Amino acid sequence: MTTTALRKLIATAALTTTLAGFSAPLLAADDGPIRVGILHSLSGTMAISESTLKDEMLMLIDQQNKAGGLLGRQLEPVVMDPASDWSRYAEQARSMLTGDKRVDVIFGNWTSASRKAVLPVVEELDGLLFYPVQYEGQESSENIFYTGAAPNQQAIPAVDYLMGQGVERWALLGTDYVYPRTTNEILEAYLKAHGVADDDIMVNYTPFGFSDWQSIVSRVKDFGSQGKKTAVVSTINGDANVPFYNELANQGIKASDIPVVAFSVGEQELTGIDTAPLVGHLAAWNYFMSVDSDANYDFIDAWVAYTGNKDAVVNDPMEAHYIGFNMWLKAVESAGTTDVDAVKDAIIGVTVPNLSGGAATMMPNHHITKPVMIGEIQDDGQFSVVWQTPTTVAGDAWSDYLPASKNLISDWRAPLRCGKLDVERMVCEDGAGAN
Amino acid sequence: MMTNSHAGGRHCARRLRHSLLCGLLLLCAAWATTASAAVSEPQARALLQALDTRSFEAKGEAAQAIADSQASQKTRWLQALLDGRLGKERRGEQFYIVTDDSGREWPLIDAITFAEAGSGSRRTVDIFKINNDLRTQLQGMIASLSLAEGDERSRLAAADRLIGDVNADNVESVRASREREESATVRDRLDIALALYRVQQGDATALKTLKGNLDTRVRNTLTTVAAGDGELASQAQQVLDGIESKRAWYDRAQTLFFGLSAGSILVLAAIGLAITFGVMGVINMAHGELIMLGAYTTWLIQQALPGQPGLALVLAIPGGFLVAGAFGVLIERTVIRFLKGRPLETLLATFGLSLILQQLVRTLFSPLNRRVASPEWLQGAWQINDALSLTLNRLGVLGFCLLVFAALWALMRYTRLGLEVRAVTQNRAMARAMGVRAARVDMLTFGLGAGVAGLAGVALSQLTNVGPNLGQGYIVDSFLVVVFGGVGNLWGTLVAGMSLGVINQVLQPWVGAVLAKIIVLVGVILFIQKRPQGIFAPKGRVS
Repeated sequence: MTTTALRKLIATAALTTTLAGFSAPLLAADDGPIRVGILHSLSGTMAISESTLKDEMLMLIDQQNKAGGLLGRQLEPVVMDPASDWSRYAEQARSMLTGDKRVDVIFGNWTSASRKAVLPVVEELDGLLFYPVQYEGQESSENIFYTGAAPNQQAIPAVDYLMGQGVERWALLGTDYVYPRTTNEILEAYLKAHGVADDDIMVNYTPFGFSDWQSIVSRVKDFGSQGKKTAVVSTINGDANVPFYNELANQGIKASDIPVVAFSVGEQELTGIDTAPLVGHLAAWNYFMSVDSDANYDFIDAWVAYTGNKDAVVNDPMEAHYIGFNMWLKAVESAGTTDVDAVKDAIIGVTVPNLSGGAATMMPNHHITKPVMIGEIQDDGQFSVVWQTPTTVAGDAWSDYLPASKNLISDWRAPLRCGKLDVERMVCEDGAGAN
Repeated sequence: MMTNSHAGGRHCARRLRHSLLCGLLLLCAAWATTASAAVSEPQARALLQALDTRSFEAKGEAAQAIADSQASQKTRWLQALLDGRLGKERRGEQFYIVTDDSGREWPLIDAITFAEAGSGSRRTVDIFKINNDLRTQLQGMIASLSLAEGDERSRLAAADRLIGDVNADNVESVRASREREESATVRDRLDIALALYRVQQGDATALKTLKGNLDTRVRNTLTTVAAGDGELASQAQQVLDGIESKRAWYDRAQTLFFGLSAGSILVLAAIGLAITFGVMGVINMAHGELIMLGAYTTWLIQQALPGQPGLALVLAIPGGFLVAGAFGVLIERTVIRFLKGRPLETLLATFGLSLILQQLVRTLFSPLNRRVASPEWLQGAWQINDALSLTLNRLGVLGFCLLVFAALWALMRYTRLGLEVRAVTQNRAMARAMGVRAARVDMLTFGLGAGVAGLAGVALSQLTNVGPNLGQGYIVDSFLVVVFGGVGNLWGTLVAGMSLGVINQVLQPWVGAVLAKIIVLVGVILFIQKRPQGIFAPKGRVS
């Protein structure tokens, strides 16, 4: 054996030892729990809606751990409370994604404002965020998966349904922030493209938590009494809905006169209202608690058992988290790792069952396929589904009805990897493919 | 699918009109319905089986078949279908009526024999679904089934639906009904319906009957007629102008009512503050939370008295006053009296208190809003005419506000406590020298202000959400009203609250809710610049 060979041998041995020394703790980390961040407000105005989603995530994680965990490891929830403060969402997302205890995925947010605050953080620190609420679209991030409805999965089909019912006049009422404004902009463009005159569209915005609805409802009543069948499209958010519906009932506006179709009113919101005078008013969602499927009954039973409240209700964003969580599990299993880039690639095309007896698929634009349903409010606070799309609809990140975005698409698959691709000019404006 | 449902809607509307007309004729002619004989079980089963379809159009036809059948159970079936309580066994052939659908397990009865049939749930019973069109259709069927005992009210409703719906097919039968009709009000309605038809046919003499009519259907039909040309059109335009100007007046009256109602809420929320801030000079940031406590008291009392929302609401008036008042006294004794003359620290301390109270409620009762039921006498509206209706809950709050104001004013004016409060406000040292126990007066005054905030909470529980954040929305408005009205003056608070309410409601239709609020705020700031003492200058000590 020559000295050179001997040196080589020693060097290799040393290298191996060093490598082994390095890889030991790495392996140990892989044996530890997988951390799942839950970023929902547990206090402040949004606590009404978001605190249930936190509980739901804890239930789903608990179920998964009882079923053996993921990749042989246990899941560990990491719960934070951003207290309905948009900038605190960003701070807490940052702390979840840095340090030794970095989470592998985040499920969170409700309002668009909070999502917009978290977006740059998850992009910078390469995190994964599953966002479960219907939103205004016009966004596609490499690091966010949108399991709620885009406008083409909720607003547009709802308007189509009402047009089919003979509605010719439209009152678009919304809370004054980004989601209602963008949605109404899309709807206005859509209605005008379908020959509705300017005079037959009324738009009105009110602040968060608005409660003095008398003059607005009276204006709607007047607007609806001009001889043409009228409907209200409501993007009113949060607890402003309760006084709004009460005022409708008190001023005697029935669903047979002027139906109201709401995009932000679900089973949870109706628990605060006496629904007897509201029977027949509509909501458009991708899931209702009253949907007839065994998966749904099992989910409700599990939720009732978990909360210990026999009157507990479930709603559409809960289904979105259910789908998102199962998609993430499946993607991690097929990638064999929780590594963010691997999961991002593996999740596109993943199909999991939804709660209404069908299935949801993750599309290349990070939106999912969903059935669209129209439900009528019943006197027990539930919705009865009166119309449903025959197949599922894929979410469209960029609306086809706005001039600024009609040529845009999003596709995060290799080699395109672009969240904002102008198909006319074939220019990528945002994403890894943008150069 | 889309075109189907569209056609279905029109179909249903036609059918509805048809059945209504039939109903009206049945009524007016006072035909006795033939006594229904029972049908055999297989026949009953077949009638119900026809409802088991996904198409609402087919369901409507099945329901009509039931209404036309001889089945003795038909009224109950249609009613159960309307209530969403008629269903079929999911994996079987039984038909059930759910007798109580409040829980997750429903008690059932057999739909054909009405015998008890155990219990079921969503998993086992498939409830027949209905939609808006079908619901209207069913209501029509049930109404015409019960026409034999149809009273004046249902005849009036039927006549009312005929306005704008008279056509060549039914005009003769409507005329016949009009001749037979005994009630003058129903006759008037039928006259309007017939006159509208004649105008549509080009008969200008019928316009006389329609003069000043406020019904929107009359206005809409006349608008179409007036859009044509010729003598009829110009005469129709004249009648239309009269109608429009009459409506405009009622619109103004309604705006005024909206304004006073919005104002009464401001006054109720602010008047407690007018006492604590205006009279005592204490900046109490926890005032909104005292309002919230009043609202939660209402909810708690309603929980204790299930099924009696009216009684609970009446009991909540003293209840809310006492609970919020007790908290007020507690706050005064433990915090405020130690911070006398240090307004900034009082402000911070009471702001902290407000957060503590919010979190306390959130922990005790959950962050979710609580539902406070309205008693029947506060639901709906007082329909004065077709153009003007006043919602009863707003009317109730307006009345309550004036009562509270009157009581408070009398208290300040005529009682010993009122005298002492005024004495302490005007000159504390002198009042103490005269033997007034200023510390005790402070405590009682603060308790009184807090109690009135509790009363505001009781009223607000009828109008808005009862939740931990209820108070936050009113604190800024309350200070605004008190400062605008003149610190330390109850009349100022009343006038300021009412005028801000009216200004806000007048502006709202023009500029929207957000901008209206901003304009009011800027207006008040400018006013205070010009006149710092507010509308009414305080008498006595000016601090």
